[in-house]
Amino acid sequence: MSDITPIERGDAITPGEPPVVHRYRLETRINHWINAVAMTLMVLSGLSMFHPSLFFLTVLFGGGQNTRAIHPWIGVFLVLSFILLVTQFWRANLWNRSDTAWVAHSGDLVLGHEEKMPEAGKYNAGQKFIFWAMVILISVLFATGIVIWNQYFSDLTGIEFQRFAVLVHSVAAVGAIGVLILHVYAAIWVRGSFHAMISGSVSAGWAWRHHRKWFRQLAALAGGEQKRSGVQ
Amino acid sequence: MDNPYLHNPDAAAKNPPTRGFTENLGLGDLVRRSATENLPPPKRELTPVAKLIDVSKCIGCKACQSACIEWNDTTPAIEENVGTYMNPHDLTPEMFTLMRFTEWVNPETENLEWLIRKDGCMHCADPGCLKACPSPGAIVQYSNGIVDFIHENCIGCGYCIKGCPFNIPRVSRADHRAYKCTLCSDRVAVGQGPACAKACPTQAIVFGTKDDMKKHAAGRIADLKSRGYENAGLYDPEGVGGTHVMYVLHHADKPHIYSDLPDNPVISPIVLAWKGVTKTAGLAAMGLGAAVAVLHGLFARANRVTAEDEANARRALRDDVPGDRI
Repeated sequence: MSDITPIERGDAITPGEPPVVHRYRLETRINHWINAVAMTLMVLSGLSMFHPSLFFLTVLFGGGQNTRAIHPWIGVFLVLSFILLVTQFWRANLWNRSDTAWVAHSGDLVLGHEEKMPEAGKYNAGQKFIFWAMVILISVLFATGIVIWNQYFSDLTGIEFQRFAVLVHSVAAVGAIGVLILHVYAAIWVRGSFHAMISGSVSAGWAWRHHRKWFRQLAALAGGEQKRSGVQ
Repeated sequence: MDNPYLHNPDAAAKNPPTRGFTENLGLGDLVRRSATENLPPPKRELTPVAKLIDVSKCIGCKACQSACIEWNDTTPAIEENVGTYMNPHDLTPEMFTLMRFTEWVNPETENLEWLIRKDGCMHCADPGCLKACPSPGAIVQYSNGIVDFIHENCIGCGYCIKGCPFNIPRVSRADHRAYKCTLCSDRVAVGQGPACAKACPTQAIVFGTKDDMKKHAAGRIADLKSRGYENAGLYDPEGVGGTHVMYVLHHADKPHIYSDLPDNPVISPIVLAWKGVTKTAGLAAMGLGAAVAVLHGLFARANRVTAEDEANARRALRDDVPGDRI
């Protein structure tokens, strides 16, 4: 297991006053927000069919029939854009030893002592958890969603299997919504993250504070000798 | 006013007058409504009704299927013969009831017995379809026991199929709504019996109050026992709270020989876990997660970049010697 989280394509520091640290490429940002919109629609339409108290959400999609019809199609679209997102993000999200140390210190983060944390690479262990949790949960949701897509696949499997699939689909959806809450919350709590996913860049101080190892990798690159360590 | 003509097992076969009878089965008669909490109690209690199907008297003529098609104005597709009298080959959104034929060799007598069972909705006292349904008011249960699909509220998800212990509902590919036997709720509401019972030439299908139907069944069972069917009995399975469609079976000890009629039907534990703890605890967990996030966001200190961080970063950039800190 390597100890280095690689930087991603497009990551760089533009020297100047102030220096600008490029974090997310335009295509990554566009794809991220396509995912975000699709996921939001999936959550709203899915929840409306999950609990009677949320059935009113079907009005957003033009009624129950439309909600039932459109939910799986948005799901297919989400899976396609998510696959693209995974190809963009997976390398820098591979787990390494320092991530395990980061998790051991995660109490410090919550208590506001981020300076006591081990230095993080492009993504910290929390972000990697969110990434892999979503990879697993979206895969499970897609597989079980196909099984219970009554319009096209009701004859594919038996009823007992469909019951099992709908239960797993619900549990996985609850898990995915939990991860989503964590993701959105962290992006808002860590000021500058949201802006980074919109503009693509962060300040040098932001990179220093939250992803110091990554910052040092980029600084080393900017330092002249185009050292290829960790660059994919 | 309750239906005075119900108290006759053969009432459905006759022509009970409808005058003087107040239509029932309105919104005030609901005892259960899908995806609805705090349903107001019904304004009155109707007498529970039941359809009794005496398998031993059935001759497999399918008059019930024809009557069902005619009354409900459905048009089942014409299919091809695949070597069985059963037609169509399964229940469909256009065929709410189906004669299922089984050729069974009785191991005790080595006689071939031709078992014919009229399949269709059993109108469970504890309906799994209604429990699984996510759409408010798409499935209702009246105080007389009839479980009915209200198609304008149906969203076509097929959850009712997963909830049903008898594999009865079918979702139309054309209009995306689920269909099944209504026990002719529209006829019963005005004092008539179901169309199938009316059409049955041998009165293998009778309709009346559930109590009367049980009494009628007891007579039939005694008769069957006197003629050597010692395991004859009533199929009114307790696992779903009893049903409002019951069978007299000559081999009631093994319902499964009648085209896989479940021996002990219950709502699947998977469905109960899905519509029970998952639904309740899942919503609570998501709500709690969102609430904690909002509260922490409002009251906890944000994780901001400090001037010191910016200064440190700039110093590091200035001082950086390639590769020395990686």
